[in-house]
Amino acid sequence: MVKSIRLATAFGALLLTCGVYAATSVELEPAGNDPDNINSLQRGARNFMNYCAGCHSAKYVRFNTLGRDLELSEDQLIENLMFNAEKTFETIQATMPLDQAARWFGQPPPDMSLMARARGTDYVYNFLKGFYLDPESPTGVDNRVLEGTSMPHVLWELQGFQTAVFATDENGVSHFEHFEQATTGSMSTEEFDEFARDTANFLEYISEPVRSTRRVLGTWVMIYLLFFLVIAIMLKKQIWKDVT
Amino acid sequence: MARIESEVGTRGSAIMKWIDDRFPFTETMKYHVTEYYASKNFNWWYIFGVLAMVVLVMQLVTGIFLTMNYKPSAVEAFASVEYIMRDVEWGWLIRYMHSTGASFFFIVVYLHMFRAMLYGSYQKPRELIWLIGMLIFFVLMAEGFAGYLLPWGQMSYWGAQVIISLFGAVPFVGEALVEWIRGDYAISDITLNRFFAFHVILLPLILVALIFLHIVALHHVGSNNPDGVDIKKNKGPDGVPLDGVAFHPYHTTKDLVGIIVFLMIFSGVVFFAPDMGGYFLEHANFEPANMMATPEHIAPVWYYTPYYAILRAVPDKFWGFVLFALSVVLPVFLPWLDRSRVKSIRYRGWIYKMALSVFVVSFVTLGWLGLQPAEGTYVMLARIFSVLYFAFFLLMPYYTTIDKTKPVPDRVVYHG
Amino acid sequence: MTDDVDRNRRHFLTVATAVTGGAGVVAVAIPFLASLKPSARAQALGAPVEVPIGSLEPGEMVRVMWRGRLVYVLRRDEEMLSRLPESKDLLRDPDSAVVEQQPEFAVNEHRSLKPEYLVIEGSCTHLGCAPLAEFEVGPADDWFGGFFCPCHGSRFDLSGRVYKGVPAPTNLRVPPYRFIREDVIMIGSDAGAA
Repeated sequence: MVKSIRLATAFGALLLTCGVYAATSVELEPAGNDPDNINSLQRGARNFMNYCAGCHSAKYVRFNTLGRDLELSEDQLIENLMFNAEKTFETIQATMPLDQAARWFGQPPPDMSLMARARGTDYVYNFLKGFYLDPESPTGVDNRVLEGTSMPHVLWELQGFQTAVFATDENGVSHFEHFEQATTGSMSTEEFDEFARDTANFLEYISEPVRSTRRVLGTWVMIYLLFFLVIAIMLKKQIWKDVT
Repeated sequence: MARIESEVGTRGSAIMKWIDDRFPFTETMKYHVTEYYASKNFNWWYIFGVLAMVVLVMQLVTGIFLTMNYKPSAVEAFASVEYIMRDVEWGWLIRYMHSTGASFFFIVVYLHMFRAMLYGSYQKPRELIWLIGMLIFFVLMAEGFAGYLLPWGQMSYWGAQVIISLFGAVPFVGEALVEWIRGDYAISDITLNRFFAFHVILLPLILVALIFLHIVALHHVGSNNPDGVDIKKNKGPDGVPLDGVAFHPYHTTKDLVGIIVFLMIFSGVVFFAPDMGGYFLEHANFEPANMMATPEHIAPVWYYTPYYAILRAVPDKFWGFVLFALSVVLPVFLPWLDRSRVKSIRYRGWIYKMALSVFVVSFVTLGWLGLQPAEGTYVMLARIFSVLYFAFFLLMPYYTTIDKTKPVPDRVVYHG
Repeated sequence: MTDDVDRNRRHFLTVATAVTGGAGVVAVAIPFLASLKPSARAQALGAPVEVPIGSLEPGEMVRVMWRGRLVYVLRRDEEMLSRLPESKDLLRDPDSAVVEQQPEFAVNEHRSLKPEYLVIEGSCTHLGCAPLAEFEVGPADDWFGGFFCPCHGSRFDLSGRVYKGVPAPTNLRVPPYRFIREDVIMIGSDAGAA
């Protein structure tokens, strides 16, 4: 019963989802993440705090919320995630001061609290995997889903460097074909996909931490309304017996 | 036991008498509730008036609670919405109810208006109900528009930018008018602040007052029904219309069923798909307003898109604005455009049935087109359906005159 | 229609609908009312505060804020402590019998963890004004030093205990606090880890 309600609504939502993220015209590989997978979220949190939070804040996210939702104790939080924070109620701030960041990159690295919600989880996943060597870029790399990004390839030690292969179609417009590995990193392709998936998953979670709560509550609300509906229909039939 | 009950009864009625001597309580209740007779053959198209009322109350209550934490300033607005979503206990629920309620308000009101078109509810003697209703619709559009700026996301900002700029098409005073609306040379903190005032005070006050008038007018002439028959023509010896049943308990118990079904659909969205795939809460609106960069693809929220598509279909700023305004205003004249001798679609001929179908298809398609980029085939389609949209109204005096109607029965059709 | 079975059933269904609907309304009211509680940000801002007291000289007092409330931290010297018993007969609640006014650890003559340090809310229990520090004895012969509220004349001794015959009904409130180090007091928490 509960499942079928969820299924029906999820299906309805799916029908409507097609093609509304119009922000990017690049074809995106699905991230295949599962925001209900706590282990993946924990790994994603660790990835984020280790590799992203130096430059990117997530200024609406509090550590104690993370602790509660990702089932981490206070000690685990402090030891594994809170490198630049003292109190668990603090929000995730970038280690690098904003003005310095703006000077180095031309613009401050964006806040990550809502990135997955604004651009889509698939976008984040593809962005993380999308850096390729570009000798003309000041950072030495460009990104497939965000051309001209001022972000350097901070994950090169893990992923290694790759080059992009473009093909030119009959109209003379060049399209991205595929990547070719130029140098290897410490991770295999599969391991790095997993790394990007966990990180994207974590970003999806922080973009709406209440997601799982609302789904659980929603199920109960539906059960209540169904019960109420049955009674209301019986009452309506009873009352309308008067009407001929 | 029985004696006690009767004594309590006496005391209760004494209090009622005391009140009734000073305020027409019992009289009002009878007139509007227990002795307001509406046709017994209402179908489910007749639920949407009540549902609009339910959504109104929901919007007012959630709105009041949102204002307790929202900050109407360009610096703080976006963050305060996230504060509500994350830091305020249950804030997410209140916010989702409000954002979902906005879309559902329009769904319900559009269907409510369509019901009137199905059964000729705007025809004599209900023209004023229709006019007040159209005013409610206009205020609602303004309310939704003002509210959409408040989260101060990218879509809030650029959507408002586009729509306010529309008024620049007004000859001579356009530019001054636009500045007057914004209160600044661009959309700014000042604009946000005044839109907040419109959204939470001015427009809701007008809305509630108009809805009050809408219901007073309705109860004065009585509700229409799916047969378009005047039930007051056939009254029993007690003066009660033979085909009418009291609003309470008959229509209230029936409406309750409809309300619960509505709440199930509503909750389905609030709890399982609050973004509704980007239609109810647009993805780009989760990025804070940025005056330096327009999102690649910008469209108003879905409930304005039919009119927006008409605007874009015209390759001229001034005439685009004129046709856009006309498309919104035209339904006002329905009571006078419709020359049919019958009210209900049940007794109309094939011409009106076809015209109405074409209208529905045009309206929905225009709504869809308004969400697509303005290029190529889309523009062509938008032009075709815009013509059909206007034709439905402008040709109505002609085709409703020649349309063959069927005889209307004396009593409503009701299969107990 | 109105045979007895029908009427009973109708009555039952009416009540059932009213009860179910009423329960729903109450359930919906809960989140709305709960949303008025202190938010996560308010809780973060209201978190315990640390007060370094290493540089506090005997006889000196500092004022700090905790949860938007004024808190006094007074380091009493030997002489001040020796005055505490003298006013006993003039006090309304010399033994801190009113439970809500202090954590259990402060139910004693000095109303504190360590006799030397008084930690007390600077909010008169009458109507919330901030009492003034008047630590000197006299000039009136029934004043042994303490806190004096300028708004309505309530008087408290050097442990924040209220005098008889003043508008304030109870002793000044002692907030929860603990020593996280010898020279740092944490106000707002009396147990658990930092």
